[in-house]
Amino acid sequence: MPLLWLILIVLVLGAAGYVAGRQRAMSSAGGDPRHLHSLPVYYGSNVALFATVPALLVLVVWLIAQPMYIDRTVAGEIPAADIPQGSTLGLVMSDVRRVAEGLDLAISQGVMTAEEEGALVAGESGIREKLAQVGVALGSDVSPITLASARHYRDMTATGNLVRDVLVLLLAVGGFGYAFSKTNRDFRARNTVEHAIKLSLILSASIAILTTVGIVLSLVFNTVEFFRLYPAAEFFLGTTWSPSFGGGSSLGVLPLLWGTLYISFIALAVAVPIGLFAAIYLSEYASPKVRAFAKPLLEVLAGIPTIVYGLFALLTVGPLLVSAFGDGGLFGVNWMSGASSVSTAGLVMGIMLIPFVSSLSDDIINAVPQAMRDGSFGLGATKSETVKQVVMPAALPGIVGAILLAASRAIGETMIVVLGAGAAARLSMNPLEAMTTVTAKIVSQLTGDADFASPEALVAFALGMSLFVMTLCLNVLALYIVRKYREQYD
Amino acid sequence: MYDNPNLERKVAQNETKISARNVQVFYGDSQAIKDVNIEIEARTVTAFIGPSGCGKSTFLRCLNRMNDTIDICRVEGEINLDGENIYDKRVDPVQLRAKVGMVFQKPNPFPKSIYDNIAYGPRIHGLAKNKADLDEIVEKALRRGAIWNEVKDRLHAPGTGLSGGQQQRLCIARAVATEPEVLLMDEPCSALDPIATSQVEELIDELREQYAVVIVTHSMQQAARVSQKTAFFHLGNLVEYGDTGQIFTNPKDPRTESYITGRIG
Repeated sequence: MPLLWLILIVLVLGAAGYVAGRQRAMSSAGGDPRHLHSLPVYYGSNVALFATVPALLVLVVWLIAQPMYIDRTVAGEIPAADIPQGSTLGLVMSDVRRVAEGLDLAISQGVMTAEEEGALVAGESGIREKLAQVGVALGSDVSPITLASARHYRDMTATGNLVRDVLVLLLAVGGFGYAFSKTNRDFRARNTVEHAIKLSLILSASIAILTTVGIVLSLVFNTVEFFRLYPAAEFFLGTTWSPSFGGGSSLGVLPLLWGTLYISFIALAVAVPIGLFAAIYLSEYASPKVRAFAKPLLEVLAGIPTIVYGLFALLTVGPLLVSAFGDGGLFGVNWMSGASSVSTAGLVMGIMLIPFVSSLSDDIINAVPQAMRDGSFGLGATKSETVKQVVMPAALPGIVGAILLAASRAIGETMIVVLGAGAAARLSMNPLEAMTTVTAKIVSQLTGDADFASPEALVAFALGMSLFVMTLCLNVLALYIVRKYREQYD
Repeated sequence: MYDNPNLERKVAQNETKISARNVQVFYGDSQAIKDVNIEIEARTVTAFIGPSGCGKSTFLRCLNRMNDTIDICRVEGEINLDGENIYDKRVDPVQLRAKVGMVFQKPNPFPKSIYDNIAYGPRIHGLAKNKADLDEIVEKALRRGAIWNEVKDRLHAPGTGLSGGQQQRLCIARAVATEPEVLLMDEPCSALDPIATSQVEELIDELREQYAVVIVTHSMQQAARVSQKTAFFHLGNLVEYGDTGQIFTNPKDPRTESYITGRIG
């Protein structure tokens, strides 16, 4: 039975359960809903939930587990001697799966009948041509062991699907029957439904948390794997970054960290003063009309995709800097050879961070009680004196938090760096030279054709892990400061 | 004839500090104050009483142009401080507020140390020549705020760590530190317990020796206790203004009488 049908049947059972449960509850109360423990809706929902949820959950688990189990069983049956020279078990298994799928397709499209399929003999019956007819291209002729395994694979899948269908339907009917039999006027259906809602909320929350844990674990395992292949001391203390996929590369993280911090520093040097002053203007000086117009406009900046900022860096800011500092430029100096440089990326990243700093700071400045300002004005202070000596000190912890959050965004930024900063990893103080960052190198290490088990590819995980630890520390620090500040006025 | 100290006080009281002429205040289209005329005397405590929303706080905030910080607020008429119209274009509201200090309903110490709270005004207005001078100003203000003995050992502790009553006296000391001529108090005791209230009231009585104090209050007992003059506001009008004793014992207007005896409010 196709999967879609199975799901539809379960859902129809659920809908029927809703109607039936509701009716049974109503009739047990003599048609008067006031005699029921819960509203009729809850009795219906209760039966519908029991009919659908366990069945669908089992279906999901089955769909994930069955291919894994069959794969492992079939793979265990292939003798090592039958794996051709230069190939691996994984490659043979992917052939097996393709042949099995191809045979399924061929039969369902009528290219061959089930009997014809049973008569196929490897190497003679032109299996490759027949499968090519249904759009499954094979790299070579099908070997006897592949064909045998593919047949076994198909058999097991067919049996597994049948068992699955029966089990899911049984569960759906059983759940329906159980909940339906429990339905009467005293049954606390409302509490059951409430419980189900709570469980679904817990499930969503745990998915979010487990995903994070999963991401961290995959980073950790691959990082450990990398440090098994490459000494940690050389990674953390090495000053050269020159990966070569033939082996013998030096993978020192220091030039990348330096590039990351340098670019982030320039970005913050641009974003913090401009963003903060913009926030002070908007929250303290601007009239409501200006504010209603200017604030959304500033926040449009936050909605621009970073790749567009990257283009802006590459095509506008970079050439502009070259025309000022490059050979034959405005200042008659030759400090800059190409458009890609630390300043290019830093300036554009700073522009990207302005709305981030300004809107966070604006909220924090607005949270300073008006009574503080009144107190200061009442003593004859001007607006700027009030902002400088009363509002800012009160808002400072929150603003520091906002700046740290902006810093962790700057450190994690990728597209602007890839397009604006260049690809050369070097340790230099010159802000007009091309450098690169941790994020940009993660991209270049993983997008190549590298063997995934080599240190040159695995280093990306170690880089990612370092980055993750850095931004995590910044975020934790920022949240701590922001929270401490919040307690002061609420 | 023998010396009569009360007579001398009477003479001093007649010196007018602030006089308001036909003051109207609008918030957008609605009128909050209608045609108020009042003479506030120097070295006197003047109490503004009246039901909630009658405009007494609004009028108080006109006296140091705090209403300028509210965009939709518009003031018409003339308010003279020592004969000079404070709504004249040439008057700098910031300078004016240094002369007419204000204490608010809720204690609002800055999130700074006690010392810096008091030194805030003198620093802004450059009242101290050096550190020793500033120390002296701070001590004097804290003494006048009747809080010196409680805080002299922890001048560098945060002002927000004091109790409510101490915070309010700190705010009064802070207002006094800039050497104002008039002190406006907007329900200064409404957030305080009875003990703190009586301390603040004593303080107000002492402040009268040097300043004109204007106090807005909801408590009629408080008005009777601390003030020499009382003004009764109702629906944006100044209904009656006179000596406190006369207002409370022998009001001329029936509305004043109903409010004082608790029939409207």
